[in-house]
Amino acid sequence: MLFDKFQAMADFRAELAEQDVAPFGAVTEKILSATEGIVQGHKVILAGTNNYLGLSYDARCIAKAQEAAQLWGTGTTGSRLANGSFEGHQALEDEIAAFYGVNHAIAFSTGYAATMGMCATLAGPGDVILMDADSHSSIYSGVKLSGADIIRFKHSNPEDLAKRLRRLGDRAGQALIIAEGIYSMLGDVAPLQEIAELKREYGGYLLVDEAHSMGVLGDSGRGAAQAAGVESDVDFIVGTFSKSLGSVGGFCVSPHAELEHIRFCINAYIFTASSSPSVIASTREALRIISSEPERRTQLWQNSNQLYDGLKSLGLKVGPSASPVVAIEFGDHAKTIACWQGLMERGVYVNLVVPPASPSSNFLLRNSVSAAHTPQQIDTIIAAYASLKDSGLLTSAEHDAA
Amino acid sequence: MVDYQEYLAFIYSALESLNKKKVALSEDTELVGDIGLSSLEVMEFIEKIEDHFDISIPLNILPDVSTIGELAKKIHQLNL
Repeated sequence: MLFDKFQAMADFRAELAEQDVAPFGAVTEKILSATEGIVQGHKVILAGTNNYLGLSYDARCIAKAQEAAQLWGTGTTGSRLANGSFEGHQALEDEIAAFYGVNHAIAFSTGYAATMGMCATLAGPGDVILMDADSHSSIYSGVKLSGADIIRFKHSNPEDLAKRLRRLGDRAGQALIIAEGIYSMLGDVAPLQEIAELKREYGGYLLVDEAHSMGVLGDSGRGAAQAAGVESDVDFIVGTFSKSLGSVGGFCVSPHAELEHIRFCINAYIFTASSSPSVIASTREALRIISSEPERRTQLWQNSNQLYDGLKSLGLKVGPSASPVVAIEFGDHAKTIACWQGLMERGVYVNLVVPPASPSSNFLLRNSVSAAHTPQQIDTIIAAYASLKDSGLLTSAEHDAA
Repeated sequence: MVDYQEYLAFIYSALESLNKKKVALSEDTELVGDIGLSSLEVMEFIEKIEDHFDISIPLNILPDVSTIGELAKKIHQLNL
């Protein structure tokens, strides 16, 4: 009985095993560079990461991590509230706050903990949360723990949000609105200008998850809110160190001094060990690099446009505009799996995404671009898709299906 | 003020297109257990009710709801 609910997953895994593919948790046997590795025996271009600025393998970040491990050891062995607050944690919080031009920041051990922790803690019983329907799992988990009333609005749909704010009446003025910057699976950008306008009209608080947009959007890489020119309307920005910054961890920044009290109420912050000194050190170095090397962002967008245009010209069903995440939607599940495997055999690793990680019942092949990809590597990725088409694995019937 | 019966009547009509197994509907019919609604279908169905009555149904009430009658009762209580 206890295990009955896992039967559907068992069946799906058996189906994959029959096709002799293992797309979930594919083991990387060796990392050759920021964009190349050996995955399940295949030498591949890594086009299914979140290494947007290519910093996971930067020599300067590695050196800082090594130095910190020498000086401070491999772990803190405790929570930030106990013995786990080292100089580096404090410095990183100061630096991330300065990067965002605000006074308050909290560093978390993972991005999931940051988002879940903030969403679980900011609103409580009697409060109301308005969240985008396609929000990340960490947001869903957090709001569920909050005890607040949770109302979803249609994905990136300001009209639907407006309707729901209106229905709230007086409660709208205290509502917590939650949106993301770039949505991780399809790469679409939230309409933050319209959402911020609604917040100005109805009141309330706005939290934006910039996990996939930090380092990617905005003049100084602060994310989608900066790109939309609405940073002053945002009350809380949460994000991660594990994507553009190439390490692991998460953060929340805010202009509200209350964040310093909230810090002591977040279970996901209090009851977990703090990040290792080496992680903190490489994150600080990466944060410095994304400010001092804006050309990485320019290169990322050039690469994104190249991949988007290339896949689109093959007739694939890509999103409405170019983004560092270029996802292709498939209605036919078995074909998607075969294509994922076909890409691996052609030297390209991408992400296979299935519901509930995919926002609909469709499967996705999620391609992600890095500033570290060379134009030749992007051409190789496009050529691999063209070859799938030539071999008949990818036909117009499949790639147009949705 | 919308009464319980009105919510119930609309729930029956909103379920018509989603009731693929043509299960006979009553207040005791389970939305997931009997009709077999997927999580995406549940959300689609909830949105239909929200738009029809111009209300928002908080997600957090859903774990306590399994039958059509429980849903109508819950929505009625929320909007008294």
